[in-house]
Amino acid sequence: MSGTTSTIVNLPDQRTATMPKRDYLNNEHGLLSWLFTGDHKRIAILYLISITFFFFLGGIFAGLIRLELLTPQPDLVASDTYNKLFSLHGIIMIFLFLVPSVPATLGNFLIPIMIGAKDLAFPKINLLSWYLFMTGGVLTLTALVTGGVDTGWTFTTPLSTHYLNTNVVTAATGIFIAGFASIFTGLNFIVTIHRMRAPGMTWFRMPLFVWANYAASILMVLGTPVLAISLVLVALERTLGLGVFDPTKGGDPLLFQHLFWFYSHPAVYIMILPGMGVISEVISTFSRKRIFGYTAVAFSSVAIALFGFFVWEHHMFIMGVSNYSALVFSLLTMLVAVPSAIKIFNWAFTLQKGSITFETPMLYAFAFIGLFTIGGMTGVFLGALGMDIHLTETYFIVAHFHYVMVGGMLMAFLGGIHFWWPKMFGRMYPESLSKLSAVTSFIGFNLTFMPQFVLGYLGMPRRYHAYPPEFQVLNVLSTAGATVLGVGFLLPVLYLGWSLKYGAIAGNNPWQATGLEWQIQSPPLTENFTEIPIVTQDAYDYEWLANKTEHEVTTVG
Amino acid sequence: MDNALVASHAHTHEEEHEHVALPQHCHHFETEQQQREAGTFGMWLFLLTEIMFFGGLFFAYLLYRNWYHDAFVAASNQLSIKLGAINTAVLIGSGYFMALGVWAAEVRKKGLLVLFLVITTVLGFVFLGIKYVEYHEKWEKHHIPGEHFDVSEFVNPQAYGLKETPLAPDMAQKTQVFFSLYFAMTGMHALHMIIGIGLLFWLIWRANRGEFSSGYVAPIENFGLYWHFVDIVWIFLFPLLYLINRHPGS
Amino acid sequence: MHISPVLWQFLVKWLHASALFPSEASTIAPYTDALYFFLLLITLIGVVLVGALVFGFSIRYRAARNPVATQVEGSTLLEATWTIIPLALFLVTFVWGALLYFRIYTPPTNSMNIYIVGKQWMWKAEHPGGQHEINALHVPIGRPVQLTMISQDVFHSFSIPDFRVKREVIPGRYSTVWFEATDAGTYHIFCTQYCGTAHSAMIGDIVAMSPEDYESWTKQSTSGMSLAQNGERLFASMGCNSCHSGNAAARGPNLAGVYGSKLQLANGSQVLVNDAYLRDAILNPSQHVTAGYAPIMPTYQGQVSEDGLIDLVEYIKTLDNNYRVQQTLTTSQSDKVAPTTPGMVKP
Repeated sequence: MSGTTSTIVNLPDQRTATMPKRDYLNNEHGLLSWLFTGDHKRIAILYLISITFFFFLGGIFAGLIRLELLTPQPDLVASDTYNKLFSLHGIIMIFLFLVPSVPATLGNFLIPIMIGAKDLAFPKINLLSWYLFMTGGVLTLTALVTGGVDTGWTFTTPLSTHYLNTNVVTAATGIFIAGFASIFTGLNFIVTIHRMRAPGMTWFRMPLFVWANYAASILMVLGTPVLAISLVLVALERTLGLGVFDPTKGGDPLLFQHLFWFYSHPAVYIMILPGMGVISEVISTFSRKRIFGYTAVAFSSVAIALFGFFVWEHHMFIMGVSNYSALVFSLLTMLVAVPSAIKIFNWAFTLQKGSITFETPMLYAFAFIGLFTIGGMTGVFLGALGMDIHLTETYFIVAHFHYVMVGGMLMAFLGGIHFWWPKMFGRMYPESLSKLSAVTSFIGFNLTFMPQFVLGYLGMPRRYHAYPPEFQVLNVLSTAGATVLGVGFLLPVLYLGWSLKYGAIAGNNPWQATGLEWQIQSPPLTENFTEIPIVTQDAYDYEWLANKTEHEVTTVG
Repeated sequence: MDNALVASHAHTHEEEHEHVALPQHCHHFETEQQQREAGTFGMWLFLLTEIMFFGGLFFAYLLYRNWYHDAFVAASNQLSIKLGAINTAVLIGSGYFMALGVWAAEVRKKGLLVLFLVITTVLGFVFLGIKYVEYHEKWEKHHIPGEHFDVSEFVNPQAYGLKETPLAPDMAQKTQVFFSLYFAMTGMHALHMIIGIGLLFWLIWRANRGEFSSGYVAPIENFGLYWHFVDIVWIFLFPLLYLINRHPGS
Repeated sequence: MHISPVLWQFLVKWLHASALFPSEASTIAPYTDALYFFLLLITLIGVVLVGALVFGFSIRYRAARNPVATQVEGSTLLEATWTIIPLALFLVTFVWGALLYFRIYTPPTNSMNIYIVGKQWMWKAEHPGGQHEINALHVPIGRPVQLTMISQDVFHSFSIPDFRVKREVIPGRYSTVWFEATDAGTYHIFCTQYCGTAHSAMIGDIVAMSPEDYESWTKQSTSGMSLAQNGERLFASMGCNSCHSGNAAARGPNLAGVYGSKLQLANGSQVLVNDAYLRDAILNPSQHVTAGYAPIMPTYQGQVSEDGLIDLVEYIKTLDNNYRVQQTLTTSQSDKVAPTTPGMVKP
């Protein structure tokens, strides 16, 4: 079955591959056919375009931040501008890129196909979710254009409610609305996974990508509304003078912290879990082996989702919370680290006795495993109470969550995009260029954020516009790394765009993967399946795939 | 072709259903029952979201009530139990007619359905009207948090002809937290009512066109769930804000 | 960690000299660093292990060498292994971290107290002897120093990386942190909680000095009035003394010796009188009525600044008899005979 150099092997459908005459992309024409589509695949593409835009916008802010930090003096921009830069970088990257990244693009595209459904349960709500997302995005842009916002992405009260005169309400409204986009996506996924599975597609035959998105959806549905209400209260406090968080009126600003982190810690898992799902698919496909400990990986996703709700206070260890509640939350934080460790080792052992090839998605997956291990372990530093005192609010924490969010989630997202690109558009991208970009991002990433761990332990606080001169060397290193990282992220846009027209035709199953999505044409039909499949095989059943291929070769070819 | 994967699926519409397929049946659902179940399930999930949304407010309420008990008692005495009780009755009434509406849709009686939905809407408006009267009273008494908030009524109730124990000035300040929560909670609830009334207009229009009189009741049923949820939120708000620790003679 | 002290010193000094590591200038620092090195070690082991597995398997089972994969379902034994071993390591980390946390946030009883007021965008330090500093803090080495901190506006965070201590400075309530400096020198103070425009300018220097130097510094920089003396003035000018006169028939409770005592409240609860309690009782008296007294005290919310509150708290702390209170009643010139706070040493 598998060739020695590449998995784009001489199978009948690849050798003679042509673009299908009818698919979801050319089924209807014109801009309106996209703007009013109910097709989950087209909505996924709409999301993909929007979040790519927001990613590069956030990336530009990151670039400006790194440029400013090249020197210890506040010389490139004014303090207020710098504060707006990091606030908008955070708001855009978290709410407009990371939260929707994998679920709203790859999840939207693939979950119905992976479970053998023709669409998500509520196509109109799915479209509504994109419009809400765009409304939120446009409001955030309005806040940006009309003077910016400088609360940080955390909207800490009473700073955000009483001490800043920037567009806090506009930005908060934007996030509020984008939050409902996320709620509707999660709700759609949960209903679809519960109610729309094809005959024979039992829970334990689902690909792990579906499990991971299911777990993330639970968090979206239950966590996001709490963020929504806290932002409503912040907005009301600014506009009407309510006193729920205002210490001068008897309110408690720590209550805001509790409510905010009750969402924003689970939000971390909303961002990372779907990425872990991507990694499971990629690792299995390119080692041609069923995921080691399928049930353990599936349940670890759910365990992360459940424990994830009970660790929020670890963001507040130094804020004068009761020492004993800090104990409980630290312990729970240690527990939530275990399922992640389980996943890492299961992925590693999936490789054992496999037949491994190193296509671009696999390189991204390896990058994910390495960087996420570091990101996860440094999370344990921060979960340890006494250690947290020194490390929190410094560049250590900045480095930690970038290792998880960029090193983990973004690598997974890029890996996933490369993995499913042939399915989404029916064409291959240039292999060597994409490998180069994967390696470039990996090197650039480590160069950017590894020095920040050291800076953090040295005590450099986060969100600092100017810093003591002794930190300059490490900051210059970090900025240099960011430049390399920027190139690594820009390359895929160029060659993926190129491949849309000039890429080699991929055929139905270029990776010889087992998922249902690979058994249909690329790009898929609007209705996905001409007939709903009956599933008789487990996920990642390569023997089933071999038999099927052999069958096709003898009967068709 | 591989028979396992694309074997013709036994559950086609014609075999499963004797009756003519509904025009509202979406093609991506295998069966109408699946569509209806998915809709209901989705609605319940959405209500779960709503519970978390209000949950944040209830949590804040419990926390501050515990801290500023005296202020909360005194401030809640300023709410009109009469208007609150009438509103509770109005809302339960509208919930009752909503339930009748679901029944009317199920037995495919178009006229009754429209009638019940209209009554539900009217009662919704009555609720909002009474809420407006209550809010207006707070405005006149300077009980709306913010710059114009005035605690003199709590510090010196006798001067206002109230048979209340005066609050110490520092505790009286905390009534502002109560009213902040009162307005946030009832305001969010009223917002849900307004959204609900908007949806009701849309449903009445559709019901009038006969869309729900041929066995397609999912939108009515799901809206009913939403409307009942909004009722239930009020059923929690009413005792927490108006009734608890109310002492006789006020 | 039982590393030989020589090796430890060598490691830390070398890292510090390479600008990769902050100096260890407090008694806490070595404890924090020990946990840090432990965590670094298990991180390193973890990364090396995962890396070895991934690279090892990638080389051994690459398609060119192993064209056909062998399907393996999983292994309960292995799953248990990588559940239990990380769990055990994390639990060790938890216990270690918790012990360190309690060490850092439990000040010794003999520590001297300095007040810190944070505001956008400066740190004000107030020594009991009345020395005021902006964006600077002078402390003696070899002596535990407790900081009682409060913010006038938004959240700030008081961080001294070289001492490995940090604590959020919150509006409306006191938070505390303590340290004992070991090496004389000048170290950074950072505000680490984002607090608006000039957040990165809210920095300062902490100057750790030998006890003798510290003694001469306090003498040179005194403003002539200790915090308690300022407090006494406020106490008189705001009329506190009319109720808290210490007389048997006084309408307010006797304040002499109240600090540090267990107080029975009118609502039946018992509280320990500390700085935070005194501050709250001035601002929200109705929630802190001493048993046997009527709730008649007005609130001073909005009438006293945080600095004024600190003065009052410090004054009440130093009251061990009512002589001074009587003096404020009999003379309007309350600062003529100042109470001495000998060497600012607070028991």
